Amino acid sequence: MPDLHEMKETILKYVINEYAEEDDDVTFDTPLISGGLVDSFSMVSLKRFLEVKYKISIPDDKATPEVFDNVNKIAALVKDYL
Amino acid sequence: MGYSNKTKKIYTDQLDAIAAAGLFKQERFIHSSQAADIEVEFPAGAETKKVINICANNYLGLSSHPDVIKAAHEGLDTRGYGMSSVRFICGTQDIHRELEAKMTAFLGTEDTILFPSCMDANAGVFEAILTQDDVIISDRLVHASLVDGIRLCSAMHDTFKHSNMEHLEEKLQLHADKRIKLVVNDGIYSMDGDMAKVNELVALCEKYDAMLLIDESHSSGFIGKTGRGTHEHHGMMGKIDIITTTFGKALGGASGGCVSGRKEIVQMCRQKARPYLFSNTIAPVVVAGVLKVLDILNESTERRDKLERNAAYWRKGLTEAGFILKEGDSPIVPVMLFNAKLAQDVSRDLFAEGVYAVGFFFPVVPNGQARIRTQISAGHEIHHLDKALDAFRKVGAKYGILGLSKQEIIDKYGQ
Repeated sequence: MPDLHEMKETILKYVINEYAEEDDDVTFDTPLISGGLVDSFSMVSLKRFLEVKYKISIPDDKATPEVFDNVNKIAALVKDYL
Repeated sequence: MGYSNKTKKIYTDQLDAIAAAGLFKQERFIHSSQAADIEVEFPAGAETKKVINICANNYLGLSSHPDVIKAAHEGLDTRGYGMSSVRFICGTQDIHRELEAKMTAFLGTEDTILFPSCMDANAGVFEAILTQDDVIISDRLVHASLVDGIRLCSAMHDTFKHSNMEHLEEKLQLHADKRIKLVVNDGIYSMDGDMAKVNELVALCEKYDAMLLIDESHSSGFIGKTGRGTHEHHGMMGKIDIITTTFGKALGGASGGCVSGRKEIVQMCRQKARPYLFSNTIAPVVVAGVLKVLDILNESTERRDKLERNAAYWRKGLTEAGFILKEGDSPIVPVMLFNAKLAQDVSRDLFAEGVYAVGFFFPVVPNGQARIRTQISAGHEIHHLDKALDAFRKVGAKYGILGLSKQEIIDKYGQ
C-alpha cells in the first residue's frame, strides 16, 4: 500500500499541474471545488487519474464534490478503496 | 399565466446584475449589407454613421458578392424559399446533396452532412458517434459550441492545456483503455487567432489510436495555399477524421454548417444526430449561394491571397504604431489592452473615428486579457486599412498606450 504522505504529494502535484494558475498557492487542505479551483466537469478526470494511478474503482455515488474538496479528503477516499 | 411578479423579479435581478457588471450586450443596427463599409445606427435611435467594419467574420469579402447574390436569387427562383420538412422526410433537394459533395471535395474528406449551423453540427456530432465507453479529450480553449456538444454526450470528457502536446500525450496515455478516444480542437482559435498544431495532433492521434476532430469555422476558405483549412496548411489533407465548419463566416457568411470526414462517421450523423433529425436544414437560397462561393474559391485563390496580404499589412501597421498584438498568422488580430474598461473606451472612441471594432473582456476572454479583436477581410482595400490605422494611432495616443509594455499598461489602467 502506498505511503499516505507520498500519496498526498502525488495528488497535490497532479492538482497543481492540472488546474492551478501560476500564482495559486495550493496545499493539502486548499478547498478545490468549493474554492472554485476544480469545477464539477473536471472532477471526472481527477477521479479517472486516481483510478488509473492507484488501480482502484471509486463508485460514482462516492465521488461527491464534498469528498473531492481537498487533497487530504481525496487521499482518505483513495485509501478506502486500496 | 404563471409569470408572477416574483418570477419576473428573478429575471430583472439577473439582468440588473449583468448591467451593473458592465456586461450587458447591446446590438448595433446595420442599415446596409455586410461589407468593409457599413452604415451603423448606434446607440439605438441615433443617426446612422458610415464606418469601416473590422469585426466581421467576412474574411473573404463574399457576404455581399454580386455573383453570390445572383446565384442566391436563382436558387430562390428555381428551388423556392423553404422546405417545410426535415431532411429525411421531404426536406432534401438535389442542391443539398450537391453542396455536400462539393464540400467533401473541397475539404478533401470522404463524405459530408449539412446542419442548420456549425453550432448544430457541434451539438450533434458527439452524441451521434460516442457512448459512455469512450473519452473526449479537448483543448481547453475550444469554442463554446464544442463544449456544449460534448456536454450533451455520455462519453467521459477530459481536457488538455491549450496547444500543449505533452499534456495531450499524458491524457492519451491516461485514457488508453477507452474504446474510442476523440481529440477535439479548433483549427484557428477565434479569440487569440492562433492555429492548432495540426501536424503534431495527427501524429499523436496516430500513435495512440485516437480520432481527431477539428472545427475549421475560422479557417475554411482561406487558411492553406488553396484555402482548404489548417489541415492543408500543415500538409495533413485526408488525415483529419472529422472536420466541422460553418458557411456563416468566410464561405458567404449567411448560415449553415457541416460535419465532414470519415464515411461511417457521416452516416452515423445522418442516422442519429439530433439537430439533423429534428430541424430543417439550410434553406435552398443559402445552399445556392454557398455553391457559388465554392465555385469562386475553386476558380482562383485571389481572395485568400489578398486576405493574407491585408492581414500582414494590418499587423505590421499596428505593431509599428506601438500596440501589443497576440502573435499569429491569421486574419484575427487581437490588440491587447488588458483592462476591460480601457477596451470599452477604446472601442467607443474608434467608433467615433469611423472604425467599428469591438472590445472583448471577461468572461469572453480570461480576466486581465481584455482586448479589441480585429478581423481583416479580402473586402478591405488598403485605404480602409490606412484609415483604420490612423484611427487606432489617434485613439492609442489619447490613452497614452502606444509603445508601452503590458506591465506599463496594467500599471496605468489596472488589470
